[in-house]
Amino acid sequence: MTGVTLEKVIKRYGDTQVIHGVDLQIEDGEFCVFVGPSGCGKSTLLRMIAGLEETTDGQIAIGARDVTHMDPAKRGVAMVFQTYALYPHMSVAENMGFGLRMTGHPKAEIDQKVAEASRILKLDEYLKRKPKALSGGQRQRVAIGRAIVRGPEVFLFDEPLSNLDAELRVDMRVEIARLHKEIGATMIYVTHDQVEAMTLADKIVVLRAGRIEQVGSPMELYKDPDNRFVAGFIGSPSMNFLPGTVRGGAVHVAALDRTVPTDVALPADGASVLLGIRPQHLRVSEGGGQIRLDIRERLGGVAYDYLLAPDGTKIIAETRGDEAIPEDTMVQVDFDASDALVFDGKTEQRLR
Amino acid sequence: MNKARHNPFNTALMHGALILYTLIALFPVFIILINSFKERRAIFREPMALPNAESFSTIGYETVMRQGDFFLYVQNSLIVTVASLFFILLFGAMAAYALSEYRFRGNMLMGLYLALGIMIPIRIGTVAILEMMVATGLVNTLWALILVYTAQGLPLAVFILSEFMRQVSDDLKNAGRIDGLSEYTIFFRLVLPLVRPAMATVAVFNMIPIWNDLWFPLILAPAEETKTLTLGSQVFIGQFVTDWNAVLSALSMAILPVLILYMIFSRQLIRGLTSGAVK
Repeated sequence: MTGVTLEKVIKRYGDTQVIHGVDLQIEDGEFCVFVGPSGCGKSTLLRMIAGLEETTDGQIAIGARDVTHMDPAKRGVAMVFQTYALYPHMSVAENMGFGLRMTGHPKAEIDQKVAEASRILKLDEYLKRKPKALSGGQRQRVAIGRAIVRGPEVFLFDEPLSNLDAELRVDMRVEIARLHKEIGATMIYVTHDQVEAMTLADKIVVLRAGRIEQVGSPMELYKDPDNRFVAGFIGSPSMNFLPGTVRGGAVHVAALDRTVPTDVALPADGASVLLGIRPQHLRVSEGGGQIRLDIRERLGGVAYDYLLAPDGTKIIAETRGDEAIPEDTMVQVDFDASDALVFDGKTEQRLR
Repeated sequence: MNKARHNPFNTALMHGALILYTLIALFPVFIILINSFKERRAIFREPMALPNAESFSTIGYETVMRQGDFFLYVQNSLIVTVASLFFILLFGAMAAYALSEYRFRGNMLMGLYLALGIMIPIRIGTVAILEMMVATGLVNTLWALILVYTAQGLPLAVFILSEFMRQVSDDLKNAGRIDGLSEYTIFFRLVLPLVRPAMATVAVFNMIPIWNDLWFPLILAPAEETKTLTLGSQVFIGQFVTDWNAVLSALSMAILPVLILYMIFSRQLIRGLTSGAVK
């Protein structure tokens, strides 16, 4: 069991640089999630750790071993692919044991490891079937089983749940969390779904355009984002950003016609800033405001109110009450000044 | 579902067209078969008639069995065809895998160069090929034919197989790499089984022209012990007298082995097409 260390890792395709010097330390036994919008380089980074993409520059170490230029098989990693990548002409048991068989392990040992993996993943009754006779969730379990059987130091997951339907995705998410608890190996998991990132991770790495935006535990990123991108990416529905101007040590928000006092270090008067407020910190009440309730989505326990400010700013609020405010009425929006985060208008960095 | 598929009129029309085509395609074979069982006079008097008690005769088959070494010819033809197909599939698949899987300088050019062979008939080079075979002492050996047919079949094989191999999922190959498989194991154990229908297609495409070829056996291996079936049947066609009974009988028997080979490959082809996709 070992951690993974990336040092100034760079990936170039010809002249195009896609990973710009990433430094990262993943501890032994940690569940680390790479998250970011599509094209941010998270899959490329994972494939570099796996050894499927060459590393142009920098160093990758698993434990104390420098694996930067090692073959994938020698790195002690196992990978689960989004498309499952099961060998279609082999049965479930053969799929899981194939890697070990090819590296010349004795049959008894393979059988025992396959049996162990199938017990963990509850695949016992499917061992004789071919992948095409399995459902999506079962196939993904087989793919995970194939990874377990190899007994790797590091598990790599490349968007493993993206091909599953919504309900199954929740089940498999729990399953993967349980697996991590049971095996305790280092796991690196790539997803674009921030819910998966929040629920599974010990450590989230938010990537954008080949750079790390912020690294931290889920709640750190949620409560204390470094910049507007992270603040907007983590949390669902995403954070509201209201344009404001600095006015006498406070932020004046035109959309709400309100001046919000804050104790962060603000730039000079007249500078533009962004005020970030999470939908669940907003309180919507009926009557007399400037803001129109455009659409209200009721999900049962909670409702999402889509609000429209007079200057066209769109705001989303989460409300828990079931009082029925009709759509198209004017409402008032309130929040605690301490819940608001302030971001620089130009650099979009957090002002603290 | 397509509505046209369920319209009985369309179905009848479709089947009618297919049946008509089948009849047209099978007609020459049928004529050869029935006439091979008739007397010489009956063949000329009524070529379309079925053999009856009066005109029935197996004289053609008897002649074939008596004259020439028919089974040796069959054996030669089988050796040449099977060996050529084996080499075409092996080298074609390997080249196709390299072209579709690996990025290297000149990949595009190499692919184009190989594809060019489809457009240039190999017979243009017959004289040069004969000179080469004479120089290497391969004239009148089955190897001469096998080598030439392999060269002839490779361009199309590489072209078709590389298209199919591009469709084999990258994740699958990468899963194999992480599982610690060598590139050869990935090729033989993962990729080849998945492109089996394409291999069957290539085999069928190449098999018939090789089996039926008269040109190269006549030029490169006309010796008695290396004659192929097509060439062997020619002994019955003379400049002045042709033993039609024997020719037709020999041709009828020549159909059989190739039919069996075809059935082997076409079963693979159908099984491959119906085995379902990766996902």
